[in-house]
Formats: sequence, C-alpha cells, structure tokens
Amino acid sequence: MSELTVTLLRFGFLALLWIFIFSIVASQGRDLAVGGKLPAALTRSRPERRRGGGSSAPETAAVPPAGGVPTGQRARPQTLVVLEGPLRGRSYPLGSAPVLLGRSPEATVPLGDDYASGRHARLFPQGSRWFLEDLGSTNGTYVGQQRLSRAVPLDAGTPFRVGKTVLELRP
Amino acid sequence: MSTVPAPSSVPAASSAAGTAGPVQKPRRFTELLLLVVAVGIGVGANILVDPERLASENEHILASGLVLGIGSLVLHVVLRLRAKYADPYVLPVVVALNGLGIAMIHRIDLTTDQAAAGSQVLWTAIAMAAAGLVLWFLKDHRVLRRITYICLVLSGVLLLLPLLPGLGLELNGARIWISVGGRTFQPGEVAKITLAVFFAGYLSTNRDLILLAGKKIGPVRLPRFRDMAPMFAAWLIAIGVLVFQRDLGSAILFFGLFLAMIYLATSRLSWIVIGLLLVAAGGFFASQVFGHVAARLDSWLNAFDPEVYNRAPGGSAQIVQGLFGLSSGGMFGQGLGQGRPDLVSYANSDMIITAFGEELGLIGVSAILMLFFLFVTRGFRAALGTRDAFGKLLAAGLSAVIVLQLFVVVGGVTRLIPLTGLTTPFMSAGGSSLLSNWIIAAIVLAISHTARRPVVTGPATEEDLAEVAAYEAALREAAARDAQERAERRERRAARRTGDRAEDDSARDTGDDATAAQPAVPPTTAQAAAVDAAATEALSATGPGGRRTAADIPHGSDADGGTPTEAMSRLTDQGGHGPRSTENGGAS
Repeated sequence: MSELTVTLLRFGFLALLWIFIFSIVASQGRDLAVGGKLPAALTRSRPERRRGGGSSAPETAAVPPAGGVPTGQRARPQTLVVLEGPLRGRSYPLGSAPVLLGRSPEATVPLGDDYASGRHARLFPQGSRWFLEDLGSTNGTYVGQQRLSRAVPLDAGTPFRVGKTVLELRP
Repeated sequence: MSTVPAPSSVPAASSAAGTAGPVQKPRRFTELLLLVVAVGIGVGANILVDPERLASENEHILASGLVLGIGSLVLHVVLRLRAKYADPYVLPVVVALNGLGIAMIHRIDLTTDQAAAGSQVLWTAIAMAAAGLVLWFLKDHRVLRRITYICLVLSGVLLLLPLLPGLGLELNGARIWISVGGRTFQPGEVAKITLAVFFAGYLSTNRDLILLAGKKIGPVRLPRFRDMAPMFAAWLIAIGVLVFQRDLGSAILFFGLFLAMIYLATSRLSWIVIGLLLVAAGGFFASQVFGHVAARLDSWLNAFDPEVYNRAPGGSAQIVQGLFGLSSGGMFGQGLGQGRPDLVSYANSDMIITAFGEELGLIGVSAILMLFFLFVTRGFRAALGTRDAFGKLLAAGLSAVIVLQLFVVVGGVTRLIPLTGLTTPFMSAGGSSLLSNWIIAAIVLAISHTARRPVVTGPATEEDLAEVAAYEAALREAAARDAQERAERRERRAARRTGDRAEDDSARDTGDDATAAQPAVPPTTAQAAAVDAAATEALSATGPGGRRTAADIPHGSDADGGTPTEAMSRLTDQGGHGPRSTENGGAS
C-alpha cells in the first residue's frame, strides 16, 4: 500500500469519527431543549387561572359536564364529594378534564390538608370511568386500605383517602 | 357551599395536571443510518490496524464485523418492536466505542502475541444479547423499583464474592475477581448497576424525608439517622469491601455514585462538600495505612523520579510510558497500527486511552471523549424527560457511573489524579465490564423510551374504550372462573364434611366470600364493591406472586403477557395531561 493511501486512510478515519459526532449533534437539534413548549403553555393558562381564583369560588375544579359520553355507555360519575377532612361536606362537579388533588393552591381541588402532598393525586376520565392515580405523594393515596401504586378505575361510592381527606365520587 | 359553579377553566385544570413536552418522533431510521456509520467505524478501525490482513488472515475482521453488524441490527429490531421511542443516538455511540475498543485490543494482540481480541468479540456478542434481553423484558423500568432492597442485598453479595476463599482471585494486589470454570469475572462491575438501582429506588421514595425531616443546625439541616441509615449501609458495604479488596478505582466509583445520586435527589450542594471532605479524609487515612495506596500516590506525584519509575511492583513506568505514548501521538496520531502502544503495560485494558492517544492523536481521543460525552448527555436527557422520580434518578445515576468511570480512567492515565485500575467503559478488554456497561446502555434506552413516548390524554378513543372493556371483561371472566372454582372446592369440602346439607351453604358462602374478600373497600354501592372484590379475587388467583392487588397487576404486565393488562398499563401511562393531544401521529 502506498504512503499516500496510508496517510489518506489515517486522516480519513479521523474525519469519519468527527463526521459521526457532528451528524449526531446536528440530528439532535432541538431535542436537547427540555420542555420547549412549556413556557407557551404556562403563559396561556396563567391569566385564566388567576381569573378563576378571583371569583367568589376559590375551588375551580368544576367543568361543565361535557355532552355525555360519546360511546353511549353508562355515564361517568359527575360529582366529587369530600367526606372527611378540612373541606368536609363540599362537593365539586366534574367535567371531562382531569382533576388534580393536593395541598398546592395550584391544584384543581386544593385540599388544605397538611398530610397531603402539593401535587398528591389525580383523577382523570377515560371513557365511562374515572381513574385515580397517585402522583408520587409522600403519604400515599388509599382506596380503602390499599395504597395505590398505579392508576385504578374508581367507581361511584368508593371512598378514597388523600392525606387525611376522604373523598368519594357520586353519580 | 355545596356545589361550586363552573368557571370556564378547562385549560387551567388541564395544564395544572400535566406538562407539555417537546414533540418526539421515534427516529428509528436516524438510528439505523447512524448505526451503519458506527459499524463502519468499528470495522474500518479493525481493518486499518493491519490492512494487509484483509486479504489473508481475516478471521478476526470477519468475526468482529459480523458481531458488531448483526448485534446492532438485532438490537435495532428489538428497539423497533419493544421501545419504539427510545433514544436514537445511544446505540450507535455505544457500537462505535465498542468497535474501536475491539480494534485497539486486536491491534495490541498483533504485536504482543496475546489473544484478547477473540474473547472481547465473544463478550461483545454476549453483552449485546444481554442488552437485547433487558430491552425485551424491561418494558417499564419502574419494575426495578420493586427490587430496591433486593438490589442492596445483591450489591453486598456481589461485592463480597471475591473475598470468599476458593472463589475469589487476587490479581495485581486487588481481590476483585472471581474465577468460575477457568473464566474470571468482576462482580463489582455488575454491582454498580444494582447499587444505582438501590440508590434510585431508595432516594425517590425517601427524598422528602431526607430533605425535610431532621434537626437544623445552623444553615445545614441534618437528616434523621433512620432516613439515611440504608444509604450509609450501602456506602459502607461499597467502601468497606473495597478497602478489603484493595481496589481504589472501584471505591472512588461507588462513592462518586453515592454522592452524585444524593445530590441529584436533594439538590443540596452541602452533600458534595461533605462527600469531598470525606474523600480527602479517607484518602489521607488510606495513604497512611495501606502501602499500595501510598505507592500509587507516590507514583502519581513523583512519576518522573527514576527511582519511582524503576520500582519493581507499583512503579510509575506504566503512567510515564502512557504519557510518552500520548506525546508521540501528537495532534493527528501515528495512525492505527503505526505506533507502539504495546510498550505500555495493560495497554489493552487500563491504558487503552493512551493507546488511542498514540495512534489517533489528540483529535482522535477528543472524538472518543466526545462520544462518551454524547452518551452521557443522552442519559441525562432521558432522565430529564422521564416523568417518574425513580426513572430520573436511575438514568442520571447510570450516566453518572459511566462519566465517573471515564473520569477516573482518563484522569489516571493523564496524571490528573492517581492512576487506579478501572476499565474504560465499552472499550477496555474485559468481559464483565463490557457486559455491565451494555446493560447500563439498555436500561438508559428503556428509560429514554418512556421519556420520549408521546403522552396521549383527554377523552378516550374507541380503541382505548375497547381496551378497557376487554380488560374489564377479562377481569369478570377471571372472577367468574374463580368463583366457579371456589364453589366447586367448597362443594367438595362440604360434601366431605357433612354430606347432605352441602348444597345450600356453598351457594351462600360464595356470595359472602366475594364481598368479604376486600375489606379494604367499604361496600357502599353493592354492585361496585362486588366488581372490585371480584377483581381482586381474580387477580390474586391468577397473579404469579400469590396475592397481588388490582393496583399492582397492570404495572408489571410483561410476565402475564395478556392484552387486557397491557391495555390497562398503556391507559394509565396516558393519564390526563391536558386535552387530548396526540403529540405525534403514533398513537391516534
């Protein structure tokens, strides 16, 4: 093999290494940006939340019930009732949007419960049912004695506990 | 105050519940293209170390090319099937590093009459297979969280294995190998994965307690002892065993992992300061007490002293020869196969970086470091993207392991820190290191899949509803089957016990059992309770590990393989994040 070929191959290999690296970096592009869409989403929702908080009702959980379940199965429970805890006796109408439960004032149902985490649990609708999911809370979310480790479907009349607050869905 | 009227706060409600991430595509085609280049780099390097061999003795070139090519193709297919949204850059980077490593080991074999390259190729195949298996079975990395404490025990056992007489093997003053059937293995390499899993699991659970509970002394809040005890147990195991095994490199690695993960979990800089003080104290103590540590320090500080250079064991010849190699490499290197990296002892394991420095020059070594940097950034990217604390900590911790190991190795060979015997990840000769690093890559890939997977939320589609219906039907079916079995069993027992009054009772007992089985749920609505109880019953009957709960089952559905549970797990992963936005075409 001639001297020239050896030299060419030697530099060619180094070039190949760097071409590989640059193609990775170029192809990553904006993927390195974390949560690039987040600021837009926040700016959009903040004023609305403030408006909601300014009204006479601090709990902005309620969403007008959407026009029924599209598939015509049995209806989802539409009320969230607090059975025990600081907010005892209150009820919240549910719509088709997920509901965040927690101590944080940002939560859709701010519990005012010292035993609840800021973002404690979430109720979200899927089809004809509500699912309850723990959001990695410190004290856990319990359905009966059972601490949740995954989202579970929740039926009307099944009490669940978030911190010291016990809640229940009603039709 | 009973019912709150509804202001129009749909966006507020939904945005409170979730965060929007950037749009992600599977990008498997990008990965395939990059893989072709990566395999090209590996095969090219193997050819370039001795181009004359391409014509005559090309077994090694063929074998390494086939293993790298087929291995990456298989992993690519596994990713397409099981983790479609996994990071597209991790696999090509790892394949390129592995190929370069094989080439350099082969190149050193050629001048020193060793045969390390063959076993390295074999171990590459094994490690790629292991990575494929991990990717295939670890569909949800959160399964690992359940074995947090098993991992602690496992780490202890793995680290203690080399100390067992008969099994352990002492090489070069360090007792970190075990010998099974003539083959040696370094259990400590696997222990870095299990320790990372333990730290991630423990810290993600107890993060708040460590941060918030405990006394405050001045500006520093000290965590309660019982919150930190398992962590310190892990730390003591790692450090204690490694003092007895006399392997400084691994001790630094484990302690660094401990520090990195506790900092990641709590974001308190004070931990790093305390840790570095502990390292300094430990280092001083070790240099006073252990002869081999003192020798290492001496050959680091006085490397060019002829007396130190020529000292029989533990001299600085290795470091200095490595530095000479780096300097003769210069900017562009001697060219693959043109230098004399074999003059350095352990050129194909501990000192492989200087071998590359000699043959590829500063530009080539920078490229290699850049590849590691890319791997680690992709790991941290996966950590940032994934939504659960455990996954975050695990991905970041595993990336930290790689970067720490690289730092200890490269810092050692360039005389920035004392040289300690650690392998360069993915490159050095050594099967256990290759195996565990490939498994780390596989776990990072699995986590990046959950991080990049689109989150589909909002009202369910027909398809989702069908899945839920199928899941519920399966539950009901299982419940019915279970109830039937129970009835039969009861009937048989009753028949055995009293003969004729069996029939009435069995019917009633079955009914009672279904509701009594779930004391957890107060039966307010008879129907709901019945369904729930039946579900729990069915699951505890079908689940492999005895009693499992309705909440548990959908989680680790891999073992069951049934569509209903899988459908459930998909659904719960999609949990409400804003209005239904199919962030990219995939799942709608």
